[in-house]
Amino acid sequence: MKNKSLLWVAIGVVVLGFALTGVMENRYYYKAGYIVLQFVVLATAWNILGGYTGYVNFGSGAFFGIGAYTAVFLIQAFKLPLLLLLISGGVVAALLGLGIGYLTLRLKGIFFSIATLALAVVLETLVVNWEYVGGGAGIPIVHPREPLFFSNYDEFLFVVMLVLAVVALAIARFIENSRIGRGLAAIRDSEEAAECMGVPTLKLKLFATTVSGFLMGMAGAPFPYYVTYVEPSSAFDLNYAVNSLAMPMIGGTATWIGPLVGAGLLATAQQWATVTVSSEMNLLIVGVLLVGFVVFAPEGIVGLVQKLWKRRDP
Amino acid sequence: MFTFELLANVLVAGILLGGFYAAISLGLSLSFGLLDIVNIAHPAFIIFGSYMAYLLNTTWGVDPVLAGLLFAGPFYFLGVTVYRIYYESFEKTGAESLRGLVFFFGIFFLIEVIFIITFGVDYRLVRAPYIGESFHVGVVGIAGRLFVPFLVGVAMTVALYLFLSKTFFGKAVMGVAQDSLAVRLMGADPTRLKTIAFGIGIATTSVAGALLIIIGPVEPSIGRDYIGRVFAITVLGGMGSIAGTFVAALILGVAESLTSAFFGPSWSLAVSFGILLLVLAVRPAGLFGR
Repeated sequence: MKNKSLLWVAIGVVVLGFALTGVMENRYYYKAGYIVLQFVVLATAWNILGGYTGYVNFGSGAFFGIGAYTAVFLIQAFKLPLLLLLISGGVVAALLGLGIGYLTLRLKGIFFSIATLALAVVLETLVVNWEYVGGGAGIPIVHPREPLFFSNYDEFLFVVMLVLAVVALAIARFIENSRIGRGLAAIRDSEEAAECMGVPTLKLKLFATTVSGFLMGMAGAPFPYYVTYVEPSSAFDLNYAVNSLAMPMIGGTATWIGPLVGAGLLATAQQWATVTVSSEMNLLIVGVLLVGFVVFAPEGIVGLVQKLWKRRDP
Repeated sequence: MFTFELLANVLVAGILLGGFYAAISLGLSLSFGLLDIVNIAHPAFIIFGSYMAYLLNTTWGVDPVLAGLLFAGPFYFLGVTVYRIYYESFEKTGAESLRGLVFFFGIFFLIEVIFIITFGVDYRLVRAPYIGESFHVGVVGIAGRLFVPFLVGVAMTVALYLFLSKTFFGKAVMGVAQDSLAVRLMGADPTRLKTIAFGIGIATTSVAGALLIIIGPVEPSIGRDYIGRVFAITVLGGMGSIAGTFVAALILGVAESLTSAFFGPSWSLAVSFGILLLVLAVRPAGLFGR
């Protein structure tokens, strides 16, 4: 019953988003909304590994950037349609996750985090040296004509990202409530105990890394059409790494709602703050919030609300 | 194009660079390698050190190395404070693996942003008589801006090595690394030992930062380029072995020097990452593993 009603909510949200594009004219709102939704995808993807399994990925920017540059390459070489760009961006990022995971996850979890930390810098170096996709100077990308029913391409991308966000949340919720999710939670609580109980820890960890990487790569694939000029420094920006872990940590890592709440609040606030304050101030606020929440409110906003709820009616 | 003269120059430059890499990695070897405190903010503290040396150098003309030594004291207390927060919030409750990591990442990011806000993204540099000077040994040219950091790096390595192997306190720190429970049973307080050792680790970043700004101009986000390097060196060196750290730093220095001479400087960043992955895949215990 609950599953069914959530499904209807999801479909309703997408239809509503589509209907909105017919009514509202101002293009800025779609540009801003796209960014917020993109962070919903990134935060949800991060949480599948970070929140459910307890392994910290510092390289969200690398997975996002490799998705974006896979798309740039395929646009340059074959002019593929957006749907195929999304899938290929996701697959390449998933393979990257699987590879890094396979090399490092057999050891202490910390090595995975360290490897992802350096990953974005290395991939950026590769792209800077690769002239075909624009090298260090970047490359202009012309988006195709907007499809039927849409008056411009920004509105179309907005709806695409909305669908991706709904899909990401659905995957996260499915994992959370399945056998896989319980296995991941067992790894988070005590990997040794999980291993002893017969939980296939390495397989599950690799599964989580791959799914998480896939979603991040998908979030990056429409990026070239969104910005229309792709540079390595913007595609592999540290902000992606910081935000996609700050949002779940602030929203709450235990459930799929946490990243949604964190990304919704933080990304909206940032969209507002970049216009009114400077973008550096905006980063400072994210950093202070991140450290503050980690130290003082580890359960995040969702955890805090739950605590208040319980106190009200015991 | 290829000559032995070039090769000799490249090798010597690599060794000198390696001495500097030892200086920036020793602190991490102490905190991460020996004491399992995964201080990923280490490069940010180095940048912090660079800017302190820059301030003293531009306002009073203090020699950057001297400035680094002067700030080692305040940095020690900074390190002690950071560790106390880390211990109280995460290590005590066993939450260090996820939240503790994110905490250090947050510190890393905060330091970078604060320096961008106060100093901007312009490159800053220091002045000293040996920067820009060079001398020749046979066909090999040695630049002062590399030679001085190398010497200081060697001195730091020797000092830290003697400290850990000869002094009573250093042996106690090694004891914590081997068996923290046994240290507690002997009546010593492992947390206090870890606090002091972490403080020393951060104190080294003050000097390391001064060396960084001697080698070349510094801007706030340059710290990211050093994350891969310091961790690759610490892991390759065998997690906490001081001699191992020095050897690993020399290996990375030479490898990077060769790469940038024969393939182009933009590839040198990928070297440390390649070494890191290779070591994790083939021999996670490193060269001098405990």
